[in-house]
Amino acid sequence: MSEQPAPAGPEIEVRGLRKSFGDNEVLRGIDLEIRQGEVVCVIGPSGSGKSTLLRCVNLLEEPTKGQVFVGGTELTDPDVDIDAVRRRIGMVFQQFNLFPHLTVTENLTLPQRRVLRRDKAAAAKVAAENLERVGLSEKADAYPASLSGGQQQRVAIARSLSMGPEVMLFDEPTSALDPELVGDVLAVMRVLADEGMTMMVVTHEMTFAREVADRVVFMDGGVIVEDGSPEQVIGAPRHERTRHFLARLLDPAMAQVEEETSDQVGGSG
Amino acid sequence: MTATDVRLQPKKKGLTRRRKRSLSRGVQYVVFVAAVIAFAVSADWGRLKNQFAQGSIAKQMFPDVITLALKNTVLYTLSGFVVGLALGMVIALMRLSSVGPYRWLAGVYIEIFRGLPALLIFIFIGVAVPLAFPGTEIVGGTYGKVALALGLVAAAYMAETIRAGIQAVPKGQMEAARSLGFSPARAMTSIIVPQAFRIILPPLTNELVLLFKDSSLVLFLGVTLEERELSKYGRDLASTTANSTPILVAGLCYLLVTIPLGFVVRRMEAKAQEAVK
Ligand SMILES: Nc1ncnc2c1ncn2[C@@H]1O[C@H](COP(=O)(O)OP(=O)(O)O)[C@@H](O)[C@H]1O
Ligand SMILES: [Mg+2]
Repeated sequence: MSEQPAPAGPEIEVRGLRKSFGDNEVLRGIDLEIRQGEVVCVIGPSGSGKSTLLRCVNLLEEPTKGQVFVGGTELTDPDVDIDAVRRRIGMVFQQFNLFPHLTVTENLTLPQRRVLRRDKAAAAKVAAENLERVGLSEKADAYPASLSGGQQQRVAIARSLSMGPEVMLFDEPTSALDPELVGDVLAVMRVLADEGMTMMVVTHEMTFAREVADRVVFMDGGVIVEDGSPEQVIGAPRHERTRHFLARLLDPAMAQVEEETSDQVGGSG
Repeated sequence: MTATDVRLQPKKKGLTRRRKRSLSRGVQYVVFVAAVIAFAVSADWGRLKNQFAQGSIAKQMFPDVITLALKNTVLYTLSGFVVGLALGMVIALMRLSSVGPYRWLAGVYIEIFRGLPALLIFIFIGVAVPLAFPGTEIVGGTYGKVALALGLVAAAYMAETIRAGIQAVPKGQMEAARSLGFSPARAMTSIIVPQAFRIILPPLTNELVLLFKDSSLVLFLGVTLEERELSKYGRDLASTTANSTPILVAGLCYLLVTIPLGFVVRRMEAKAQEAVK
């Protein structure tokens, strides 16, 4: 697994992906390729299957049908060592999911030690570097509960980075944050993108998508409706559904309604 | 709120809420004082003191009641707790397993051992096991038997507590661990279980208090003089002296441990409640 073939193909490849929860078909045939170093933002109304798609990419959800490849390895192959592949895929959640019983440093070192078997000193060194990267060195010994949401999310990013991933997945990383804290998290992600990380980002932050993404994918009803450059998808959408979604997102009154309904969906599952 | 009610409906017949409340409190005090007086008058204090509070007999119990009896009670309790915790952990994980027969077995164990009086388990360990497997010795002699008997009972309760604790850890914790490359087993042991234990520390401590009292059932295993714990020690001494003072002293020794432990539990519960807010 350590010897990677030269990245001839895409870093992430999704083929004919379908996912059902019971009778509810949430993903209805997704095909997507993401090249190494590419930043792809996934946008779309709440309930359109964005999180499910992201979670299928690291197999937190088991696809009902189709294939997922990351770095040339097929994750959907039942014989693949999924834990080994997941080490190469970082994931950042809307709710941060830091380990509350551990300090910030321990959050970063424990996975390295238990999963990568790094020794104490090496893990501590990597942790310190990554805390520095997200600008939180002074919080090394704090517990997550004492941090703001924005700080917690930056720690969560640093925790993922400490595992040395090839790919980072972000599921609405700023949606649970107070507006004034969003900027710090997006700044960290922007630097990461500039450094060449392959990133798949589900977000409602249109400015971020427009400025940072190489590509924007618009999803609705479990399918990819539109896939292209930010200028094209956000600036000059071809499909009525995309236009409708963007109009609602940009109209503050409608956006409010959107947010409230998405809160309800998020709260129940 | 009461004040508003009164102002809004000044003419309403009957008692206001405030007056009803103070009346009810008054009645309760009267009943309480009457009960205390009735008890004090009817009890034969002289005989009670003679029977339960003989200073010379109490003195004669020291230091054995502490260095032997209380020590053994603590030892029995802790060994039972350790066995119960280990076994309870295994049963809790079986209960949460994706393998059906494991879940079923764990469920059966919990139902059986929660449904049986601890006394029966002690008798079973003391009598049936040596009968059924002649020649076998439970490791550790009496200590081993007590640890096993108490552990078997405690495990059933602890398994349910541990399972509830594990389920109370938010789902996102397992997902975060898995996404970092933890295997399910390793995520469970290094991320989920440590958090679960923080949640269930109060009920586990309660279980310790229950075990502390249940250790008195050692009585039914037949123990040597050196192996006696508080209850057996108190009872033996009560019969040799033909006086109940040793029972009272032994009882106080139990309270010496259980009351502080109960206090600790309430403190932890209050703290946990605060953390939720
Ligand atoms: N674990 C689950 N069990 C059942 N239904 C689910 C589950 N996760 C998501 N869903 C359903 O899948 C649909 C898409 O959800 P999701 O991928 O979270 O959408 P989005 O992230 O675009 O808001 C929703 O209708 C949701 O109710
Ligand atoms: Mg979502």
